[in-house]
Parts: sequence; structure tokens; C-alpha cells
Amino acid sequence: MQRTVFRSRWLPYLLVFPQMAVTVLFFFWPALKSLQLSVYRVNPFGDSTRFIGLENFAKLLGDPDYYRSVVNSLVFAGSVTVLAVAGSLLMAALATQKIRGLSAYRTLLLWPYGIAPAVSGIIFLFIFHPTYGVLPYFLSFITAYEFNWLLKGWVAMALVVTATAWTHLGYNIAFFVAGLLAIPGAVLEAADVDGAGPLRRFTKIAFPLVSPITFYLVVLNMVFAFFESFGVIDAVTKGGPGDATMIMVYKAYKDGFIGLNAGSSGAQSVILMALVIGLTMLQFKYAEKKVTYR
Amino acid sequence: MPRNTTLLRSAAWACALWAVIALAPAPASAKTEIHFWHAMTGQLVDATNELVKQFNESQSEYEVKPLRKGTYPETLTAAIAAYRQKQAPHVVQVFEVGTQTMLLSGAVLPVYQLMKEQEIAVEWKDFIAPVVGYYSKDGNLYSMPFNSSTPIFYYNKDAFQKAGLDQSKPPQTWKQVEEYSKKIIASGAAKCGFSTGWPSWTMVENMHAWHDQPFATKRDGFEGLDVQLLINKEFGLKHIGQLAAWQKDNVYSYGGRQGIADPKFINGECAMYIQSSALIGGFTRGVKFQWGTGQLPFWGPPYTKATSIIGGATLWVMKGKPAAENRGTAKFLKFISEPNQQMWWHVTTGYLAISNTAVKNLEAGYHFKKYPDQYTAFAQLTKGKATANSQGLRLGNFVQIRDVIEAEMENIFAGKKTTRQGLDDAVAKSNEILKEFAAANKQ
Repeated sequence: MQRTVFRSRWLPYLLVFPQMAVTVLFFFWPALKSLQLSVYRVNPFGDSTRFIGLENFAKLLGDPDYYRSVVNSLVFAGSVTVLAVAGSLLMAALATQKIRGLSAYRTLLLWPYGIAPAVSGIIFLFIFHPTYGVLPYFLSFITAYEFNWLLKGWVAMALVVTATAWTHLGYNIAFFVAGLLAIPGAVLEAADVDGAGPLRRFTKIAFPLVSPITFYLVVLNMVFAFFESFGVIDAVTKGGPGDATMIMVYKAYKDGFIGLNAGSSGAQSVILMALVIGLTMLQFKYAEKKVTYR
Repeated sequence: MPRNTTLLRSAAWACALWAVIALAPAPASAKTEIHFWHAMTGQLVDATNELVKQFNESQSEYEVKPLRKGTYPETLTAAIAAYRQKQAPHVVQVFEVGTQTMLLSGAVLPVYQLMKEQEIAVEWKDFIAPVVGYYSKDGNLYSMPFNSSTPIFYYNKDAFQKAGLDQSKPPQTWKQVEEYSKKIIASGAAKCGFSTGWPSWTMVENMHAWHDQPFATKRDGFEGLDVQLLINKEFGLKHIGQLAAWQKDNVYSYGGRQGIADPKFINGECAMYIQSSALIGGFTRGVKFQWGTGQLPFWGPPYTKATSIIGGATLWVMKGKPAAENRGTAKFLKFISEPNQQMWWHVTTGYLAISNTAVKNLEAGYHFKKYPDQYTAFAQLTKGKATANSQGLRLGNFVQIRDVIEAEMENIFAGKKTTRQGLDDAVAKSNEILKEFAAANKQ
């Protein structure tokens, strides 16, 4: 260990302390709390708390509605990740072409990231709402198909997936643009001289070189979609129609805060956390092998 | 190591500064503060603030401080969290579906008891029966009615005229609703016949009460926690099945949960609409066509007509406050329940006036003659026959149950499930939720 940077033994600890304190206070402590809650039956006002062991988990595992929310979550997070990562890679590739007004394009592409998920939900509501939305109104002139997500489950799912993916785009694009710009020009020029077209240059050179970024973004987008997509769902579909867009994190919120069932909500958070940790580990184990680090 | 000492010293200063800010005593107020959390939105916030201002100016000992805490569920959750931290407000507004949760919480001071302790006389007998019934236990009122409403029937008079229907005669029966809808669609006066807000409240809960059918066992939950829903019986199957059938040819158009179907009526897409009577105020300001109201449609024999049931919210008093503060709370609640304030509240917001005296005064003052639509809800609540099935619903975890019912209604209307299958599933899931509630609240 080199001790040249910090002359004091305690300074490094002092410097990481705020970060650790925040992590413990806002991550570990709530996580332990929900682990604790998950084995209790608590009445809303918290004056009757009874230990019931794994009953909350047993109930969830015997509930077809819960499996439905797990499947919904996987479909949702998978679609969001594919759409957000592929879409942003495409846009980033276009935003690194030599064109006029490039910096303006890049700035504009980052904008959606500044929008809170709930706000993005509201925007999509105004665009797609079957009654007062702009798009269904114009679509009704060209097609007889009714995009009524108040009753059609898959339309509702497509809507929240699109809205969520859209909010992730800006963040992903920033990473991809940086990655694509970091590719040495000489490599691409050499390929150009060898007669490789733009598509080939992208698939054979650029994409492999940004694969570590892609991998990072896939993991991150997936985690985001599992945990942070709550705002969009709440603003647009509230889990409906039926329970077509009831994803795990929204169900945990609903059962906990609306249904005032803290025990079940705690158990759901624990399962959700375990699932995401598991999926992330799988990605590191298998997907990471396809990643080329420079 | 001078650099580190500087760093530590500034950190210490920062901590000290924060401590001073955090521990500084709040400026003392001469008046006793009463904290009142509510969930009103839009125009209703102004009305609530105005009502509180009227009370604050009516005396000099107490000052009620209203604070909007978000939606109904958010306000309830906030109050619960505050109660667990011993920081509860004095008064909190809770929606009708939270009644059973509050009653069994052990965290509230029933208003009848509060008034008795404070020796403040309230004419409980003067309150409108359907409102009192919903919030009473063993004949005693537990929370103070504040904003109560009931679903009524709205119709677009312009569309009626265009379809050749009598503008002054809203349909009385569901058969007429169907017939009128078809005429309206055929004439091009509107795209759909009717829609509904709050699907479970208007189409399941109230329809059962209106047709004198039980919604749940144990007298709709008033007589015990061991409750099961009864909405998959003959009446529920008939009514929801009919809606599903009407959904196919636009006689009925499902418009989503809560109030999100409102635009369907406001923008003229549907010519008829069933929603809370509290929307009268909003429609008066926001609807561009001539409209009227009527009582809820009825299926006719073999059913007999009872009254509709109410929705909205009441004010609950949290226990554990000093007697002196409770006195202020009691005076505030007494103030808002008095006929003058009730009349003002009704005229300003469209919510029901809760005392018979207030209603009589409104009648005597020709208010209802001038605004007949404002009378519709009263007629529905007081002119029908009050029965055991129309007193209200007292179910634990009712918010979740409503959600379950609405999700299954959507499955039925989308054709994903048959009416029987959907309602059976709704009942099975709700019974499970009720069982969970009973287990969590075992005394």
C-alpha cells in the first residue's frame, strides 16, 4: 500500500465517511428494516406487531397475482433495457457523425434525462390518452384500431415501457457518445481505406470497442427499470388495466402504502432485491464474457 | 498536519452551526395551534382554507393550521407515520374507505367522546342519517363528517336535443339508458352513451345499495370482521354483465379508475355520466354545453329502491393530545358542523350539507329552486327507503378491495374474463384481503 497521498492515517476514513454514512442510513438501514418487517404482521398504526416467521413469503409464493407481477417486471425491465440501450446506441452513432450543428443535437439528446419519471408519465398521458390524447385523435383518421390502454393490457405495457425507456435515453446517449468519440480516428480511417462501409465499421470496430459501456448500461438500465420506474406507472396506468402493468416495485408500493400492509410489502422488497441481485450476478457471469475490455 | 486540523475545525463549526439552527426554539405563539391535515385538491383547497379562516377569525384562543398532505392515501400514510413518531396532527381527513382502519386503530379519539369530554353540545340528531350511519359505531359518531357526496346521474342536454330526446327528462331506468344511448349514437349526437367515474364506487358499491342488495355479509361489514363479499351473486352478475355487453356497442364506454373518465363527459364524447355529486361545482365552471342531473338509473322489479350511499371523507381526531388542545379541536369541529358553515360549504363546493337544518334552510332560501341539480343528491339520500343494505360499507383494507374489484371489472370489460369468472375472482381475492385484515386486527 502506498501512503504517499494521505499523510494522515485517518483522513481517508474521514473522507469516505459521508458516503458511507449516506449508504448506511439510506440503503443498509432501510434494507434491514424491510428484512425485519417481512417476518412480522403489522397493523397499520403499528401498535400491534406480531412475529409470523415466513408467512408473508409463503403467502406471496402461493399467490398467482404475485407471479403475474414478477413476469410483468421481467417483461417490463427487459423491454425497457433493450429499447433504451439499442435506441441510445443508434442515436449516439448518429450524433457522432460529422454533421453541422452537432453540439446542438448532442445537447438536445441529453434533455430527456432531466425529466422526472412521473413528469414523463404525464407527458405520455397527454400524448396517448384515448380520450384527450393527441396521438389517438390523429390515429383515428388513418386506422380503425383503438389504442385504448384503459382496457388493452399490452397497449398499456407498451406505453409505460416506451415512456420509461425514453427517460433513460439521455443518460445512455451521454455514455455512448463519450465511448464512440474515444475510439481512435486512425483505426476507423484504416478500415475506411480497406474498403469497409459505415455499417461494417460500426459492427466490426465501434461496437466491440464500446461493449464494456453497453454492458454497464444494460446492467444499470435493468436495475433502474426494476426499482425506479414507479413514477411512470403511478402517473399513467396505476398497474392496470386488470393487472397488466402491475410490476413488482409498484405492487410493493401499493400493498405497503395504499393497502397499509407493511409486512407483505417488506417481503416483496426483499424478494425484489434478491431477484435483481441474482439477475445482475448472472449478467456478470455470462454476459460479461462477451465484453471486450481494452 | 495543519491541513487536517483546518478541515476538522471547519467540520466542527459546521456541525455546531447546524445544531444551533436545528435546536433553536420556535417562536412562541399566543394562540394554541391545532394542526389539520387534509387531502383536498384544486379549488377545494381554497374552500377549506377559507372555512378554517372563518373559524380562526371567529375566536381568539385557537389557530387551526391547515396543511395539504397529498392524496387521500398519502395523507393517511403520513398521519400514521406521524402517529408512530408521536407527532400526529390534531385532526386528519380520511376518506370513507379508510373508516374501518381508523375505527380499529386505537389511535383516535371518537368525536362523540371528545364533545362529551369538552362538554360541547352537538345536535347529533340533526345530522343526515346516511352520513351519520356510515361513520357511527353503536349509535355514536366517531368522526366528523366533512366532505360527503354521493354518485348522481349527469346528462348532456344538447346531445339529448340533437337525438330528439326530452331535455328535461333524464332516464329513470337502465332500460331507458340503453334506449337513449342507442338513439344518441345513431343520431351522431355523441360517440358513446354513458361512462362512469370511480367504477367500483358508482357501479358496484352504490348499485348494490340503490337496489337494496347486500354488498358483503355481516350487514355490509358493520357487524364483524369475519366478512365476505357478495358481489358475484345474481344482481352483480346481471349489472356488470350488462355493462360488459354494452361496452361492445359503445352504449357504455369504460373510462378508467378514479375520476379519469371525466373528460369523456366534459368533451362531449359520452352524453351521460355517473359521478360524484361533488362535481357539480367543477362542471358548472368547466362544461361548455347545457347539462342536467337526475337520480341514478334503476333496474326496476324484482328489485326495490333503497338510498344511495356516500363517499368522500371525514375528520378524525387523533388521541394523545393535551386537553387544552383537544378543546380547540372540539370547537373547530363544532364550528364546521353548524348550519351556517354547512350551507356555505355546500354552496361553495357542492359537497352535501350534513345537518337537516342546513338542508331546510337551503330549501327555504330557494337555493334548491334556483339550482335544482344541487338537490338531486339530497333527494337520492333522503327520499328513498334507508335499509340495512344502504347504510354504507365497513370493510377493512377497503382501498385494496376497491382496487381488486376495478382490476377485475377491467378484465371483464376487455373480454379477458367472463363476468362470472371476473366477479368470482374479485370476491375470492377480496375475501383473502379481508381475512388478512381480520388477522392483523384480532383484539
